[in-house]
Amino acid sequence: MKRATRKASELEYLGLTVSADSPASGGLLIEKVRPSSPAERRGVLPGDLIVSFQGIKVLSVGDMASTGFSETPDLVVKRGTQDLPAVQVDMKGFEGAPPIDLLAAGLVLGIAAAVIALFMAPTAGIITWVERRVAGRMQSRIGPNRAGPQGFLVWLADGVKSILKEDIIPTESDQWLFRLAPYLVFMGVSATFVVMPFGQKLIAADLDIGILFVIAVTSLVTIGLMTGGWASNNKWSLLGGVRSAAQIISYEIPGAVAIVCLVMMTGSLRLQDIIAAQGGTGSTVLDVGGWPWYWYVFRNPITFGLFFLYFTTALAEGNRGPFDLPEAESELVAGYSTEYSGMRYLFFFFAEWANVFVMAGIASALFLGGWQIPGVSPAQQEASLALQLVGVGIFLAKSWVLIFVVIWVKWTLPRVRIDQMMNLCWKWFVPLSFGAFLLTALWMVAGVPKSVELVISVLTFVVWGAIMVHFIRRVQHNLRESRIPLHLNPFI
Amino acid sequence: MSSYLPLFLLFLIAAVLAVVLFTLATVLGPKNPTPEKLMPFECGGDSEGSRFVRPSVKFYLTAILFVVFDIEVVLMYPWVVSFKSLGWMGFVTMASFVSLLVVALAYVWKKGALEWEK
Repeated sequence: MKRATRKASELEYLGLTVSADSPASGGLLIEKVRPSSPAERRGVLPGDLIVSFQGIKVLSVGDMASTGFSETPDLVVKRGTQDLPAVQVDMKGFEGAPPIDLLAAGLVLGIAAAVIALFMAPTAGIITWVERRVAGRMQSRIGPNRAGPQGFLVWLADGVKSILKEDIIPTESDQWLFRLAPYLVFMGVSATFVVMPFGQKLIAADLDIGILFVIAVTSLVTIGLMTGGWASNNKWSLLGGVRSAAQIISYEIPGAVAIVCLVMMTGSLRLQDIIAAQGGTGSTVLDVGGWPWYWYVFRNPITFGLFFLYFTTALAEGNRGPFDLPEAESELVAGYSTEYSGMRYLFFFFAEWANVFVMAGIASALFLGGWQIPGVSPAQQEASLALQLVGVGIFLAKSWVLIFVVIWVKWTLPRVRIDQMMNLCWKWFVPLSFGAFLLTALWMVAGVPKSVELVISVLTFVVWGAIMVHFIRRVQHNLRESRIPLHLNPFI
Repeated sequence: MSSYLPLFLLFLIAAVLAVVLFTLATVLGPKNPTPEKLMPFECGGDSEGSRFVRPSVKFYLTAILFVVFDIEVVLMYPWVVSFKSLGWMGFVTMASFVSLLVVALAYVWKKGALEWEK
């Protein structure tokens, strides 16, 4: 049983530093003892093993939290193989960290949160521009090209225009809930940015429940859409809201099970741990860092399938095409957003576009190795600021590739019917995800040797490469056959 | 606790941003309400029938199924985090649990609860 902490942790109040490599049988190895600390005064030496604290067997640093219950807690340590009698550590003279530190830390975190909030707005805006440009190209039309170079500022113009629009709240709507709904949707999406691992150090809060938190807060969006649909007092809005809720909660099950499989392989819900597990730890360049065959997507055929399963459920949960039924304009007017106008309307769609980034970012963190650089170990990356920036660039590049795929899918496939969508979820994805879950568990418990795993990963990667080559050659062939003139310049 | 601080800050920033933008929109935008504009929108025509359609019972059924299966997923989380230390015993317990739910899914399927179009 590995109960080691991630790195050497300091137990400030006792004056102890415990090692990262604590024994598997439980207990914590003491690395350093601060001079004239409560622990030093009671004769605890480096190299001792903490066995129990306050009468509780110690398995992790978490067990050493000071409860403040006793001023002289019992600390049992082991020196070599010999048990020492329990020491009562005198906590008098112990002073907590000065509040100024907390204030400074809070300030740093606050700035991080502000930066992310400011990052989110432009990203969502730029996605709208990219989407319109790509859609324009796919439908053989030009797309926006007036505001700014290549229409790049069209998202800013949209924002300003929305502020200047009349804010209509229908008389028969539920005034309070009608106003509340955009807040819920917006806050649900923005909260996920807190745990978004942009880089090795660039994460606002590396929560230990990481991915579970993402799943939890995105359900605020469901509640927001339902609220908006119900409060509008319009039958199309209500139908749109109910549809969106049914769709999101249905697809949440296979999506969550797919994530559970990866958590099982990592043993942690923390997003940074999941990314760290997707890198090689060998010595040669090809054995170190985020080479594609260390990514979870190519780890084995099961995870390869899970990636596509997760990606499809994420499309459905984000109400993206071909699953954009809640706002199906040909049958529901505009779904849950029918009665909304101006800024409030924009907020629903702002949340949808921000959500595209969230799903792409989470997918690249879970399956595509996040900020891991090929050939560079996390320790090397930690030491150099330039490499960390490269890591952030790699994460963003992977995310934008996925964002492009999301847009590509939306403008390629026709919208599905609701019965097709529900069948796909309950009759295909749910059983498949359970099967993948059991297979992954079996794979892990059977203890496949590392070398065999590596061969399978490389093979999966090669198979994917072959599929991509075949795909590109088919496209080339079709283009030659149909004699369509090809305009490769995107700036016309 | 302090690691959750950015979360609350972000909630705050998001809420403040929304309040500011909505207030700006109300202040800057034109105000020209007419009874027709404030009616429920139905592609230009007058609204027909009751505003509250009763959603199909399938939606309720989906919600109930979701509760059952989502609770199961919630149970999986603590299990998968400690899976590496549980070994075969852990696998057998979870496999039997999941197979029970697969039986439940098969039953629901057979009963026709998953059929959207009848």
